[in-house]
Amino acid sequence: MSFSVPSSLEAELDELTTHYPVKRSASLMFLHALQEHFGYISKEAMEWTASKLELQPINVFELVTFYPMFRQEPLGKTHIKVCRTLSCALQGSAELREQFCKRLGLDSQAHTAQTTPDGKFTVEFVECLASCGTAPVVLVNESLYQMVSPAAADEILRKGNLK
Amino acid sequence: MAEQFKLITKHLDEPGFSPDIECYLQHGGYAALRKAVASPSRELADGKKLSPQEVLREDVKASGLRGRGGAGFSAGLKWSFVDRRSGKPIYLICNADESEPGTFKDRQILHRDPHQLIEGMILSCWANDVKLAYIYIRGEMPEGARLLNVALKEARSKGFLGKNILGTGYDLEIHVHRGAGAYICGEETGLIESLEGKRAYPRIKPPYFPAILGLYMCPTIVNNVETLCHVTHIVNMGAAEYAKLGTPNNTGTRIVSLSGDINRPGYYEIEVGKVTLGQLIHDSNFGGGLKPGRSLKAIIPGGSSSKVLKAGEVFKLNRKGPDGQMSKIDVPMLDLPYDFDSLQQAGTMSGSSAVIVLDDSRSMVKTLGNLSEFYAHESCGQCTPCREGALWLAKATHRLTHGEGRKEDTAYLAHIAQNIQGRTICAFGEAAAWPVLSFVKKFKDEFDAQGAADEAARAKGAQPTHRPSPVGTLNPH
Amino acid sequence: MSAPAIPAPAPAAPAPPPVETLTVKVNGKTLQVPKTHPDWQGRPQPTTMLQAARCGGVDIPHYCYHDKLPIAGNCRMCLVEFGTPMMDPATRKPILNEDGTPKIAKSVLPYEPGTPRGAISCATPISPGMEIYADSPATKQMRESVLESLLINHPLDCTICDQAGECKLQEYSVDHGQAGSHFVEAKVHKPKAVDLGPRIVLDDERCILCTRCIRFTKDIAGDDALGIVNRGSYNTISAFQTGKFDNNYTLNTVDLCPVGALTSKDFRFKMRVWFLKETKSLCTGCGTGCNITIGSREGTIHRFEPRDNDAVNGPWMCDTGRLNYKWIGRPDRLTEVRVNGQKVTWATAIKDIGSRLTRASSGSVALIASARQTTEELFLLKSLATRLGAVTDSVPREGEADHLLVNADRNPNTNGTRLTGIAFTEAGMQLPLIAAGIEAGTIRTLIVFGEDVTKHGIAPELLAKLEMLVVSDILPNATTALATHLLPGASHAEKRGTFISVKGRLQKLTKAIESPGDARAEWEFLHELVHDVTGRNGFTSIEGLFNLMARETPAFAGLEWANIGDKGVDVKI
Repeated sequence: MSFSVPSSLEAELDELTTHYPVKRSASLMFLHALQEHFGYISKEAMEWTASKLELQPINVFELVTFYPMFRQEPLGKTHIKVCRTLSCALQGSAELREQFCKRLGLDSQAHTAQTTPDGKFTVEFVECLASCGTAPVVLVNESLYQMVSPAAADEILRKGNLK
Repeated sequence: MAEQFKLITKHLDEPGFSPDIECYLQHGGYAALRKAVASPSRELADGKKLSPQEVLREDVKASGLRGRGGAGFSAGLKWSFVDRRSGKPIYLICNADESEPGTFKDRQILHRDPHQLIEGMILSCWANDVKLAYIYIRGEMPEGARLLNVALKEARSKGFLGKNILGTGYDLEIHVHRGAGAYICGEETGLIESLEGKRAYPRIKPPYFPAILGLYMCPTIVNNVETLCHVTHIVNMGAAEYAKLGTPNNTGTRIVSLSGDINRPGYYEIEVGKVTLGQLIHDSNFGGGLKPGRSLKAIIPGGSSSKVLKAGEVFKLNRKGPDGQMSKIDVPMLDLPYDFDSLQQAGTMSGSSAVIVLDDSRSMVKTLGNLSEFYAHESCGQCTPCREGALWLAKATHRLTHGEGRKEDTAYLAHIAQNIQGRTICAFGEAAAWPVLSFVKKFKDEFDAQGAADEAARAKGAQPTHRPSPVGTLNPH
Repeated sequence: MSAPAIPAPAPAAPAPPPVETLTVKVNGKTLQVPKTHPDWQGRPQPTTMLQAARCGGVDIPHYCYHDKLPIAGNCRMCLVEFGTPMMDPATRKPILNEDGTPKIAKSVLPYEPGTPRGAISCATPISPGMEIYADSPATKQMRESVLESLLINHPLDCTICDQAGECKLQEYSVDHGQAGSHFVEAKVHKPKAVDLGPRIVLDDERCILCTRCIRFTKDIAGDDALGIVNRGSYNTISAFQTGKFDNNYTLNTVDLCPVGALTSKDFRFKMRVWFLKETKSLCTGCGTGCNITIGSREGTIHRFEPRDNDAVNGPWMCDTGRLNYKWIGRPDRLTEVRVNGQKVTWATAIKDIGSRLTRASSGSVALIASARQTTEELFLLKSLATRLGAVTDSVPREGEADHLLVNADRNPNTNGTRLTGIAFTEAGMQLPLIAAGIEAGTIRTLIVFGEDVTKHGIAPELLAKLEMLVVSDILPNATTALATHLLPGASHAEKRGTFISVKGRLQKLTKAIESPGDARAEWEFLHELVHDVTGRNGFTSIEGLFNLMARETPAFAGLEWANIGDKGVDVKI
């Protein structure tokens, strides 16, 4: 399958590139946009980004592996990021993650992101989401859920199942 | 009773206050910008004339404003280091990569009052001849990035941003740049590298001081969200009035993020040094005390990197008596004024002004395990002591929390941490080491006991509850 | 033999501007050190603590720092404790001790004033009066801990590691490390035996992430092919695609790698480095004249490595040149002296050639030498040709130049052929004339050194017409097959002599190994032949031969073998 970026997205990225005096600066913004569109960042996406920004593919590969938000494989439609760090941990984020994993049949001991076989959900422990006052917090795709109770967690799963 | 002093957060929780520019304008928004650009030049006693921009730079210095990101360095002094003779463009970057565990103050501004930040940024850029600036926002705040982009567009349409701002001939463009999940981007040179499209590896200093060799090797100012917001208020109030807020050398207000084992976690804006740690935790209009039946065990007073304070500690602080003489006085931990200098004198720091409260139900060993895992995950891996030491610490605390502790682990942890602090390219080394050093020193008994208990249990044949690996998320192999 | 002419003293050059210096103390010793030192690109930059220490003969251990690479500052091995003179904030003057010496403030952690704070000496500029404590207990402790950190996840597989014997991790552990480690955790595992490129294998577990290889290939070779993937302790050197790290300079990363992470496919598992004899020599792959070190053991060459020479190649060389040694040990090397197909002794052959040449009529002899021969050999051939009235030439060899070291002139000594008069203007111009002369029967004797002339316009049928064809070469070819007199020569690794680079750098070869069989250094048998034909003598040693040549060749005026040195001298070309 050949890799192709829709012209509207490419135009958007070309505009973004003008925000910077040095093209390379647009790398992270490119990767965000490509990940949003394709669901993950493939080797082809890295090569495409490199050629657009006049870089070498390794320059982009370095970024994809450094910044944890970037994925090299497709994830579930509902991506549940549970904050692992102290303030959330104090309010039970480990138990919250375990609840998600248990309900979805995922390994709650694994450290990497876990995706359900049907591709509906990915559950992941992430570091501090900077909302410690409303712990525990969960970022579901782009929406922040605060003071997430076990019932609220089940509601997140219910909504995800409807997708 | 101690009170909040709402300067930055004044409108945040007001019913009906929205992030759009009309609302901001109705609340007096962009008046500071209008005032500053219309202000006259200032003649000094020695006959020297300051341009309006220089006046603002001097005012920020005179206001005593200290950086709200973590280091607490004088903002005016930071601006004064900028190389203005290089002929190169000067850049300003707003550090909105809020990621110090415990901290959630910038999130409030970004999401609820983005124009306050933008006005502060425009003022700061104008004062420093900056034509191009960026807001580096956490990747995990997509909504914040969206709101900022809308707000920037609004500001452009109203003539506060773009070409010929308010008819002054001054041009400025601000762009939003999203991070992608790296705590190290909070370090200003790591942030610059990241904005250049690279791995966020902090730069060596010397020679890469941002004020001289920053973004694209040009002079660069990196300021925290809250710091930039204060500039608006310094203009509005005047530097002298602003400096009356707070306490000497700790002027203005600060937003404190309270979390952990308290009844009313949240953000509270205070005059710096006018409220004590105890008031922050116990007063009903702040933290509202601990859960029923619980007592205080420890406080992490300035974000997870700061050294922990133990309940009952007493510190010797320098105090100026009524006679003007300096003397040392005993200050119990809860009576520490929440400011930069007192916490520093207590051997810790106010950092990003994030207070995490731990009650007596908490295991300090597990708490440290949680933090060490964070630092292992977030170490960029550029320099040896931190790359190797941060994960080493996490593995050691992981053992201690999974039945594989040893009696000597208290000293072992201190050994590892001692060899990180002060040896690294950036302050992350301290950030990773300080929790460890302070936990094992102040809660030595607890660590010793855990090691001894594990040894005893193993002697009786207990199996460790080991998980395969701590911090595995970045090791795809 | 006349005494060598003493060159007239050169007119006094204007005195160089005085070097500005700073006074610092290194390990208690007061030193005046230059204010600036050249950086990796040769531009003057403020002198660093590491450079200042070197001025005092103190080598501060380091991994990531390299003189010819941009500074990274990541390994932290070169951390040193230091102090600076205390200043009175009011008067801005130094505060003095009772004995009048300046009071020194040692650098300490701002938050823990009892603990020394080190600075990385590779990137920290010196300041007046600075004191550098390169062997203080605090400095030693910093080094120990960096070494301990570097070793916790290292596989400690020195027993099977090619780098053993020239590994900085080993060496510094001996010099600065501790015997034990506190580490009791599980090690991080990373990719092993990664096929990085056609010539390079990477062991990521041995890697200490100093990034020398990344910086070299990006900033020197101009091929931004390597990077670090993953994060933190899992950081891993990588290429985007394995197997594709294939520029012509990749093997320099093996030299640069302070540990055994990057190894050469050609060299790995072949030989323990401590068995290798090191001989200073030159690469003969092109006209650049890269300085090399030949690593050999008992007559077999195992590797070439670049030898640092800022006037020529710096510390680098190309992969083509580096791997251009295998032919030297080929089994089909010419090892026998033959006259008309019969194996004879050197004495018989030289005597026969000499007597035939002495009888040859002027103009009936032509001589084709090679620009791969040493200047001394070319000089001897030219003496012979002059006596015989022979037309001479050499064979040009052109290729593509690159941006770094590879020159379009693939001959190592084109300037040698020009300066000795073998080929005055453009090499190869006489070849058609020689061919025509053979065809016409005017040229009846041809002397060929080191070239297969059948590939350069003198067909085998023409060679068959000659009365005598004297050929000296190293490997068999179509010309050697037709030789009436075949003289087995020596490779550049088997003899001494000089080459002159395209830029006019005259540099020496040193003999690393013996020639196989009866093969001999050409200058040795040529001097016998020249003696037999011309009656001249007096150059039985390479030193004597060079000095004689220098006296007789205007471009070498004033030169003597003894003064050339390991890095050569510039001659006027």
